[in-house]
Amino acid sequence: MDFNYEVEGGNFAKAGYAASNVKKVLKQLNVDPKVIKRVVVALYEGEVNVVAHAYKGNIRVDIDTERIIIEIKDEGPGIPDIDLAMQVGYSTASAMVREMGFGAGMGLPNMKRNADSLNISSTVGKGTVVELTTYLQK
Amino acid sequence: MSEQQFYHALKVDKDKCFGCVHCMNECPTDAIRIRDGVATIRKDWCIDCGECMKACPVDAIYVEQDDFDDIFNYKFRVAILPSVFIGQFSKQINVEEIIEVLHGLGFTHIIPAEATVDVINQAMLEAYDSEVEKPLITTFCPSIVRLIQIRFPGLVNNILPISPPIDSTATYYRKRLIDEGKNPDEIGIFYVTPCASKIATVKSPEGQDNSSVDGVINMDFLYNKVFHILNNRNKDIKDNDNYNLEFISPKALKWSLTEGESTNMKGRCLAIDEIHNVIKFLNKVENDEIINVDFLELRACDQSCAGGVLLSENRFLTVERMKKRAEHLEELQLVPNEISFDHQQFIKEKLTINSIKPRSMMGLDNDMATAIKKMERVRRIMCFLPGIDCGACGSPSCEGLARDIVLKDANLSNCVFMQRMMEKSKKLDPQHSIRIIEKTWGKDRLDKDCYKKGAKNEGI
Repeated sequence: MDFNYEVEGGNFAKAGYAASNVKKVLKQLNVDPKVIKRVVVALYEGEVNVVAHAYKGNIRVDIDTERIIIEIKDEGPGIPDIDLAMQVGYSTASAMVREMGFGAGMGLPNMKRNADSLNISSTVGKGTVVELTTYLQK
Repeated sequence: MSEQQFYHALKVDKDKCFGCVHCMNECPTDAIRIRDGVATIRKDWCIDCGECMKACPVDAIYVEQDDFDDIFNYKFRVAILPSVFIGQFSKQINVEEIIEVLHGLGFTHIIPAEATVDVINQAMLEAYDSEVEKPLITTFCPSIVRLIQIRFPGLVNNILPISPPIDSTATYYRKRLIDEGKNPDEIGIFYVTPCASKIATVKSPEGQDNSSVDGVINMDFLYNKVFHILNNRNKDIKDNDNYNLEFISPKALKWSLTEGESTNMKGRCLAIDEIHNVIKFLNKVENDEIINVDFLELRACDQSCAGGVLLSENRFLTVERMKKRAEHLEELQLVPNEISFDHQQFIKEKLTINSIKPRSMMGLDNDMATAIKKMERVRRIMCFLPGIDCGACGSPSCEGLARDIVLKDANLSNCVFMQRMMEKSKKLDPQHSIRIIEKTWGKDRLDKDCYKKGAKNEGI
């Protein structure tokens, strides 16, 4: 089952919309609250990343009884050095974004921590695709 | 406990309810459906917050209470009185007079519901220091505890398992009277409740085995009685600072107000009142959008208990009056009656409640594969429903109807817009659609009626 959400770059008030919706869906599907929490936290971080760095983005969530796959695709500046971006505390967020309480350099590391697998591909000047997978059966 | 039927204090008066959507639209847990012309409350979904009662235009939703005369079944008749009761009275009326009137009505002992607050606060602070999940969420408001159980099951472990003042005060006072040599069978403890949720919790307390209260009296009922007597009394107002209500500190007096708890806890504390605010906030807490908060005071009513559904006076005035009374108490520097050391120990022992279990009401099915199928159906049905959320089908929203259809509690033809479309394509006979509407809204519900609310003969 697929769910799609659009993300508007720069609009922090709307960040979390997809995460809250997916949470509602997962609760209705009787998914273990602990799994829901991990999925939602990772997705929220992903949403905030798009809002903070990109012009616009698209989130696709694919759910079946085995796993949840989240694909976050954005049109934006891209990530020149993914290894660096994965480091805790490293951030390219603007002063304004930091002022709003974001940009602590925890986004990608937090996503990695909360998902079973994380794949990033990025083209500088074009955009980034992040794919998160969470398995339901342990 | 979880197998047991939950007691709910909110009831629908089927004679008064004429079938409208006000309560259904306000219900924060989507617990209300309109069937056969009246509102029906889904017991497992209801958290007793009282929003429906506040929204009802014809007072058809009421809070069930025990018969006042039940107090006379006991020789020792104890009223557990929340401080918001007294907070409703203007400063021209002093506490002494109110207590006198209450004695006159038949109570032998008047005990502030917040009498045990200082012991509770200490226990809460001790729990704060131990290894527990943060933010801690207080059990003070029973509606919030139920809300978390059914809508935020992932947060049940954040609930601080310490009983709220009403329970411990009732338990403590019974013990005190027994220790004074009174016959346990002759002691009747009655709680004067400001809301439906407190009744529900004293009748079937969450995380506790049985209730310590013998009966419940609605606060509006008692307020009206007392107010009437005070209004008709001899008008020579005595200047009396003798605060003879037992065991109450300024802190305890303000405990049930917004920030009553949060200002007495450690770390970063937040106080949020009003159920919709609480839901929005808990959503963010659950997403980890809000971090580094240590303590959450969450209350279902705006202005906390001063906004309780069974209060008569304006909630903002009540808050102002209570704060003034607390200030006055502070100025007087009265030492509140100390609870004896042994009794403090006794209260502490009884404070811990069993852990609160989730009982999510959101699942479409216990089996995930089936739940996915059902959700796919909900989404397909949503392609057809208009998204107007008018409630004319008897469900709170189009999505609510779609869920009800999938869970076999409604049909697609319950939607009045779907009916038009079905009539247009000759799939539904107009007479049949009237019958469908009558099934939801009651027979003859759409006939001309000049006596209904807002119509020209209203009130005649």
